Amino acid sequence: MRRLAPMLLAALAVMAAACEKKTQPTPSGEAGTQAAQGQSGSAASGTPPASSDTILLGQVGALTGGQATFGISTRNGIELALKEANAAGGVNGKKLAIRVYDNQSKPEEAAQAATRLITQDKVVLILGDVASSNSLAMAEKAQAAGVPMITPSSTNTTVTEKGDYIFRVCFIDPFQGFVMAKFAREDLKLSKVAVLQDNKSAYSIDLSGVFTRKFTEMGGKVVTTESYSQGDTDYRAQLTAIKKTQPDGIYVPGYYSEVGVIARQAREVGLKVPLMGGDGWDSEKLFELGGSAIEGSYFSNHYSPDNPDPRVQKFIADYKAAYGAVPDALAALGYDAARVAVESLKRAKDLSGPSVRDAIAQTKDFPGVAGTVTLDDKRNAVKSAVVLKVGDGKTQYVTTISP
Amino acid sequence: MAQLLQHLINGLAAGTIYALVALGYTMVYGVLKLINFAHGDVMMVGVYMGYATAFAIGREARGSFLGIAAVFAVAMLGCALFGFLIERFAYRPLREKPRLTALITAIGISFALSYGFQLDIGFLPGASPRAFPEIIEPTEWLIIGDRDVVVWNWQVISFLIAVGLMVGLQYLVFGTRFGRAMRAVSWDHRVAALMGIPTDRVIALTFMLSSGLAAGAGLLYAIKDTSVSPLMGLYVGLKAFVAAVIGGIGHVPGAVVGALVLGLVEEFVVGYAASTWRDAVAFGFLILVLLVKPGGLFGRVAAEKV
Repeated sequence: MRRLAPMLLAALAVMAAACEKKTQPTPSGEAGTQAAQGQSGSAASGTPPASSDTILLGQVGALTGGQATFGISTRNGIELALKEANAAGGVNGKKLAIRVYDNQSKPEEAAQAATRLITQDKVVLILGDVASSNSLAMAEKAQAAGVPMITPSSTNTTVTEKGDYIFRVCFIDPFQGFVMAKFAREDLKLSKVAVLQDNKSAYSIDLSGVFTRKFTEMGGKVVTTESYSQGDTDYRAQLTAIKKTQPDGIYVPGYYSEVGVIARQAREVGLKVPLMGGDGWDSEKLFELGGSAIEGSYFSNHYSPDNPDPRVQKFIADYKAAYGAVPDALAALGYDAARVAVESLKRAKDLSGPSVRDAIAQTKDFPGVAGTVTLDDKRNAVKSAVVLKVGDGKTQYVTTISP
Repeated sequence: MAQLLQHLINGLAAGTIYALVALGYTMVYGVLKLINFAHGDVMMVGVYMGYATAFAIGREARGSFLGIAAVFAVAMLGCALFGFLIERFAYRPLREKPRLTALITAIGISFALSYGFQLDIGFLPGASPRAFPEIIEPTEWLIIGDRDVVVWNWQVISFLIAVGLMVGLQYLVFGTRFGRAMRAVSWDHRVAALMGIPTDRVIALTFMLSSGLAAGAGLLYAIKDTSVSPLMGLYVGLKAFVAAVIGGIGHVPGAVVGALVLGLVEEFVVGYAASTWRDAVAFGFLILVLLVKPGGLFGRVAAEKV
């Protein structure tokens, strides 16, 4: 045993070092070139930065790790938008290219990748990420360097509070909490709801906080608040505790990777009430992980593929042709974010940070596929949300709730 | 009261699975004095082998006894072979090098597997968690009151499989020639070699055994939590390692007791306090045990010979 102690210490030190070191080389070229090549078959693909006839954008996204489908959907949406923009002549004669780095669903990797985009690749604008904790880490770097950043789908309030270079094309968390509270109270007529939040995610804590406040204000009662940590796979203990309080609904503002399993285990411990959540549920994987247990649940989201608007349907058709899947909301927001970026670059008087920032800030009534984008003075998009129901292995549009 | 009973059942279910993984740590540590940090990831590889098998045999065959047996057999044998390859090509060349070298190799293999499996090329599964097919159709085995306490068939089956594997292991280690050889190697592998024990073969077999057990444990874990992901090994492996140390690493029954204790402690912390505290309490408990009994609950502190 005496031998063991130094060995253990050494092992832990090595593990810690390995974790940190990894951040530098791994998210490098591979993903970047791959994405750049996939981005357009044309001459613009894979071009080195700062050449005079291309404008280089950067994306940091979760391409691996627990939220991998988020980053991949976003990347596809962005690629599609840039491909279209290049086909339409680019920005003032210049082609657009993008460099994509993986953040492995971790904030520290996201910060590294953002720094790399700013200092090495010298991108004019950064897009990303989905998870707010990652976007916060990136926003810090982008703001400090004066490089404009648009997050397609980070809904945490604090992200754009990092400074005047940080924008988003989606609504913010308090709004999602409000939407579900209103829907639960007025449409589902629930009075006792339990909350199960992910304590490792700012997103989840925020949604649950607003939901609790609004739901209580509307005359409902939150009977208990239990928690889990991202990456857990056994929630029976919390669900057993929730069951004891006999709620009529459970609010689970987490990510699909956990929610699917939570749904199964909730049914297993004998909880039959509907689950409710936010846009973190939005992934094809939810149906696979949750199976029949997730059916009859509701979540708030940015967009619905059932929207008959021709603009939305064209986007869905193009996306299907390119990637063979129905775009989820994150793909739609990625697409919108890239298009807002392109429009702003067209309007900007030059490609310097301040000019691009001012151009983005003027975005008004931009017709996105996930709603009309108008940026307010806090650089947040003001728009309505949809509530979707999970049934028959897909989502069904239920209602739209406005601010 | 009912809730307490339910937590007890859940905690035991988790604990038996930790125990199977912890046994792998303890056996390898026993023969090589190596903490095989890749053990959890080897387990994850075994789970994916079982996952692939479950799909290959089709939906109908899955629920049958033969189907379950096939999934377990392929995963455990495949994983044993995988463990053998790792030992043969990664650890054996380092046998006479300082112990730290092998330890770092183990950490390297751990990361290579857990991150390599997140790639989405060829047979690699990609990063997203996947639903594990229901090879045991979940049905209630026992219901007390108005579903106050529910025991599921898979909990019972898991428990029986785990206990069966442990009893088999106990017999193997203490009742067979191979087991005696294993214990001899664990005592002193140089002297064991001088006595004519084929140490290389014993060590290789130990690795195969621990990897096979890990695959079995991993499948039970996947059945319990209905999902698989490339990162599951890091997490389960770390917990099982803690369990092995609590029990006294190198001590076979100690690993089982340590794992059961850990499973129960975690379940009660989450059920009655908050999940945020779970890991803090689990590791705090480890520190406490080591403070009172530095060799773990059952371990002995051997005097170091110089």
